[in-house]
Amino acid sequence: MAQIAAVSRRTFLAGLAALSCVGAAEAGDRLTLDELYGKVSVLGLAFSDKVKALDGKTVSMRGFMAPPLKAEATFFVLTEIPMALCPFCSSDADWPSNIVVVYIDEKTTFVPPSRLIEVTGMLEVGSWTDPETGFVSLLRLVHSSFETV
Amino acid sequence: MHTLLLALAASTALIGTAGAATVFPLDRATILAGSPFDFKVEFDGSVKAEDVKIAVNGADYKAALGGDVEFIASEKGKDDAALGSAVLLRGVKIDKAGAYTVEVSAGDEKKSVTWDVYATPEAPKAKNIIFLLGDGLSVAHRTAARLMAKGMTEGKANGRLAMDDLDHMAFIGTSATNAINTDSANTMSAYMTGHKTAINALGVYADRTPPTQDDPRVETIAEALRRTTKKSIGLVVTSEVEDATPAAVVAHTRKRDDKADIVGMLYDVKPEVVLGGGSAYFLSKDVPGSKRKDDKDYIKLFQEAGYKLATDKAELATAAGSDKLLGLFHTGNMDYALDRMQLKKGSVEKFPNQPGLVEMTKVALDNLSKNPEGFFLMVEASCIDKASHPLDMERAVFDTIEFDQTVALAREFQAKNPDTLIVVTGDHTHGVSIVGIIDDTIGKEGREKFQVGSNAGFPTYTDENKDGYPDKIDAGRRLAMFVSNYPDHYETFNPKLDGPFEPAVKNEKGEYVANDKYKDVPGAIFVEGNLPKDESTGTHTVDDVVLQAAGPGADEFKGYMEESDVYKVLADTLALGVKQ
Repeated sequence: MAQIAAVSRRTFLAGLAALSCVGAAEAGDRLTLDELYGKVSVLGLAFSDKVKALDGKTVSMRGFMAPPLKAEATFFVLTEIPMALCPFCSSDADWPSNIVVVYIDEKTTFVPPSRLIEVTGMLEVGSWTDPETGFVSLLRLVHSSFETV
Repeated sequence: MHTLLLALAASTALIGTAGAATVFPLDRATILAGSPFDFKVEFDGSVKAEDVKIAVNGADYKAALGGDVEFIASEKGKDDAALGSAVLLRGVKIDKAGAYTVEVSAGDEKKSVTWDVYATPEAPKAKNIIFLLGDGLSVAHRTAARLMAKGMTEGKANGRLAMDDLDHMAFIGTSATNAINTDSANTMSAYMTGHKTAINALGVYADRTPPTQDDPRVETIAEALRRTTKKSIGLVVTSEVEDATPAAVVAHTRKRDDKADIVGMLYDVKPEVVLGGGSAYFLSKDVPGSKRKDDKDYIKLFQEAGYKLATDKAELATAAGSDKLLGLFHTGNMDYALDRMQLKKGSVEKFPNQPGLVEMTKVALDNLSKNPEGFFLMVEASCIDKASHPLDMERAVFDTIEFDQTVALAREFQAKNPDTLIVVTGDHTHGVSIVGIIDDTIGKEGREKFQVGSNAGFPTYTDENKDGYPDKIDAGRRLAMFVSNYPDHYETFNPKLDGPFEPAVKNEKGEYVANDKYKDVPGAIFVEGNLPKDESTGTHTVDDVVLQAAGPGADEFKGYMEESDVYKVLADTLALGVKQ
């Protein structure tokens, strides 16, 4: 199973609280999907200093919206290139490492996967297992909004 | 209505397949004498325990199967749906070869199956087996590898592949128990257990209950080797080491995607050499890049079990002498040979020092051959398949050439160690075919530079550095190779020099549509898919696989064989029916 994350109610509320402090209108720092990791190795990746510094802050990221796992989902995965899920086998869905899970507040119309979007949300770093789906994620944008670029 | 149903039951009884009970192992199963397997009967409806009757060759089953079945009054499906009653007996063993007819009845439900339990010779024919598998390896991959690597003059090949000189062969039927179609799980599982199974299943028959690891098991070759011999076991792949093909050597699960658990199954069997990609499933969930959902650190567990760890080419070279070797060279699948060796695309920038299949196999052979009892080595050129899915023919062929150079290495080993059986095969096919030449030298674009018939002539690949690979994949006159089944995509008539081909992407409706990235390539044409829109890439095809072999035991390969029959040849060769 791919390691991606939905965001729980708990995290959602935490995100909301954090955001209300900084003010929703504030534009975020820019972060690119290329800047997520400072080290890539067989024995694990390490988040970049930039990611660590932006933990808990509002950031804007550009990428492509991977197709939502469920029609009703209120989260999606932001990828660097438009993705074909499961390129190699009949039921697997392995994600690349340079992705961010994006949680959006309200259900919205998903955009075609070939459309570049910009997401703004609060960056959350750290291991977290969604109690409902069992998904594990280490990096999330919560309380996010997005627009096509 | 009641009468009608009774009449129906009676009429089906007459043709001998009464009722809907399913017996595992399935009818016509071939079973290695002495190998443990699980026996399960699934009744279509609810039956009473006291009504269940099981006979083996006309006598009470307990004598033949060696125990009492557990009765399950009602199996539960999704959302607690009642699936019917079942009986289960795990770890059954039949020591004496012969035909075993198992008759099961309960109320109106009846089922009869016959198993062929086979023995092996007392004495092994060979000490070692090197089983080389090109994932998805089809005839056109071989032909293309020969044309690209050796060239052709006046209709005759300028050289031979190592594969071309294996002297025994068979056509292999690859279908699954639940479809004519097939995948790398059920196919390799048939090779490595002697039992056919369902798509996505490994080392089990696929039962009807939702859990993926409770299905009736059969013995894998690694388990048989541990049970009957002191041989070493090696796995060398370019995919994740927990991917379906290597997993089939050790694993039991209905679902090949249980990769985190498959790492645990690898750890349980502890093959002496494990080399490939897929470290993400070895890392504890707290480590960025991990794909586990628990805190287990399998890198550490393997190291504590005496394994030397290698994470790149240099470490592989220094770890080569150790008794037990775990080499993980990528978090996911290793890169394609074309990217590793020439283009440096894909994820080569992130993992610049991945060893190749030949290097890995060399280290594995050096290590395993130290065991005086011999070894079983499984080598997989995983990425022939992984490139064929997205219609990336140049990458698929480059990996085939790498595979052939690995076969050459195995043949060199065999020349010095003639008590070695070499098997070279694919697990399933792809719908690949060479149709002609793409000619960049005639000043045309797109389909107009696609030359067939007399216009095709011969390709102009060169190999100035004599490394066995074409110096340039985009030779002026190059192979036109296409796939029979595909999603919507743009055909560019060019090799994908910027990175692996991604023909289609998923849209918001869940349909795969042509990837716009290739739309503006000069000469590109839109090709409407012939697969359903929920298929992302080309799929495996149902065509037979060509298996070739050389060495002691190879003469058993002939004519048409089911993929599961291949296991019997391996078992005969190493005399796995007898405790060594």
